[in-house]
Amino acid sequence: MTLLAPPHPLEKRVLLRRFDSPRTEPVWIDEYLRTGGYEAIRKALSMEPEQIVEEVKKSALRGRGGAGFPTGLKWSFVDRRSPKPKYVVVNADEGEPGTCKDRILMGYDPHRLIEGVLIGARAINACRGWIYIRGEYREYINIMDRAIEEACQRGFLGSNVLGSGWEFHLSTHTGAGSYECGEETALLESLEGKRGNPRLKPPFPATSGAFQCPTILNNVETFCAVPDIILNGGDWYHSLGTPKNGGTRLVCLSGHIERPGVYEVPLGMNLLTIINEIGGGVWKGRKLKAVIPGGSSSPVLKAEECDIPADYDSLAKAGSMLGSGATVVLDETTDMAKVLARLMKFYAHESCGWCIPCREGTTWLKKISTRLEEGIGSERDLATIDQISQNMLGRTFCPLGDAAAMPAMAIVRKFGDEILEKLKSASALVPAPGTQPLAVL
Amino acid sequence: MTFSPELEARFAKMIGNYPPGRQKGALIPMLLYAQDEVGAITDEVIEEIGRRLQVSRVEIEEVLGYYTMLTREPRGKHHIQICTNISCMLTGGEELFHHACRKLGIGNRQKTPDGQFSLEEVECLGACSWAPAMQVNYDFHYQMTPEKFDQLIDSLRKLQ
Ligand SMILES: Cc1cc2nc3c(=O)[nH]c(=O)nc-3n(C[C@H](O)[C@H](O)[C@H](O)COP(=O)(O)O)c2cc1C
Ligand code: SF4
Ligand code: FES
Repeated sequence: MTLLAPPHPLEKRVLLRRFDSPRTEPVWIDEYLRTGGYEAIRKALSMEPEQIVEEVKKSALRGRGGAGFPTGLKWSFVDRRSPKPKYVVVNADEGEPGTCKDRILMGYDPHRLIEGVLIGARAINACRGWIYIRGEYREYINIMDRAIEEACQRGFLGSNVLGSGWEFHLSTHTGAGSYECGEETALLESLEGKRGNPRLKPPFPATSGAFQCPTILNNVETFCAVPDIILNGGDWYHSLGTPKNGGTRLVCLSGHIERPGVYEVPLGMNLLTIINEIGGGVWKGRKLKAVIPGGSSSPVLKAEECDIPADYDSLAKAGSMLGSGATVVLDETTDMAKVLARLMKFYAHESCGWCIPCREGTTWLKKISTRLEEGIGSERDLATIDQISQNMLGRTFCPLGDAAAMPAMAIVRKFGDEILEKLKSASALVPAPGTQPLAVL
Repeated sequence: MTFSPELEARFAKMIGNYPPGRQKGALIPMLLYAQDEVGAITDEVIEEIGRRLQVSRVEIEEVLGYYTMLTREPRGKHHIQICTNISCMLTGGEELFHHACRKLGIGNRQKTPDGQFSLEEVECLGACSWAPAMQVNYDFHYQMTPEKFDQLIDSLRKLQ
């Protein structure tokens, strides 16, 4: 089956511009070249590296992996003249629950990613790059491997890129099952053949990244935006979005929605427009209860909080995050205690155990929220969850601790009454017939 | 120990993908690809890959304990992984998982006596917009229902 949704009139397709109708096969190199592919790297090769970084800065492109850091600024931190080799790493770990966009980019337009990486590599004078792809995505690893092979054969990669004398090699690198390896420094450890325990920052990857050399590390979607920025200019890209949030982004609609799928929208499009117009509204004619706007780590928004522009700054102002662009829709029947328990089970499972506030905190959040879900908790549990979360915030070694604490706090603060209601109703004590508890992961 | 010619070719290329002296970078990919061919990370696999990359057994054990896809025990011929994380949970992933337990007569992380199927409840598979999602080995199956699950299992059984 195709994973490409038919375009909706409100979409603005830049990254997905080759897909005005659904298809099953990726765009291989001949089609890519026929449709303007690899023109941006030709142009970039004629530019000074500083100019490339300048265009990306002008575009107001911000990282699509979760943190939303300005990409041009990140690239400018690399010392191009360092005697050490410089590297590029693509984060294709795609592990944030709700997120399923990088697979679309790799699965249908693999050369766009390669071209974006080439431009980034040129900007910092890198000699090698890796695409770190989660292990479950073997299908996409195979597609990227084939596309890399094609690009090598046509001289876009290798010891003399397009006859310019510049050497750049690229390969895929498979993960093997770990959400934490999506965190940039844990990923770099994993790339070196170790457990994915994160590194202390600073130094940041720009000074000491892959194999202790200067490195730029970005999400798949971030790199995929770069070719059009170079071709059409940073100002053009910027103008598609809002002042500090340039361009378009992919939104992954899932949950209780009529038309789930991956769509491309300008930054700043109203969240309700995305859900109701592009996604066709809440499924089964039901009412909206809440939205998780940027992946499982982003604090939940109540229905009445959703009438806002979906960009980095507006969502931060609303106390949440645009995160990875994963928008999970929850209808009026959703049991919020269950949502909380499932998310905490996830974070407890994925905590790498390196630091105590996260290892212990996520375990207790899971235990307490599971008991609440089963209807055997006490009223005090809500306050305990809130307190544990507050003690984790900002005190863990890497952001995974925050990623667990933020949604936990939001759910107990916004839906505490509802969870208490459920606790009080006697029926909640009796498990539904025919169900057995899920085995502990 | 030797692997198939295709895998040997892949390994030869892989080792060259890391900076000189840093070939340990190839460790996790080599383990996973070897596991796919051999069925599990056996003592022989550990020894062979350790020798090729000059990585000690302890360093390999450390990695094996961390990554959930790596296994010392062979799984079923068809390893079924059902996502019950948020988007799948909202659309029937847990029910699908319970149904799979009943259909196969096994629980989480168990294997059928004939070795054909093993089952695992997994975290987000990155297929949230096509939920509930599952994988059989590396093949994705989207928008699953108990009926589609039964059909899939029956067709895999016929393959034997
Ligand atoms: C626990 C955790 C998991 C993460 N997972 C991913 C991921 O799967 N993909 C991704 O691109 N970024 C992920 N990130 C964010 C990365 O650390 C990093 O910020 C990002 O890849 C940088 O690229 P960008 O600037 O293009 O967004 C994760 C962060 C944390 C803390
Ligand atoms: S916050 Fe969690 S995932 Fe991050 S280092 Fe600490 S234990 Fe590991
Ligand atoms: S939540 Fe099931 S695939 Fe993402």
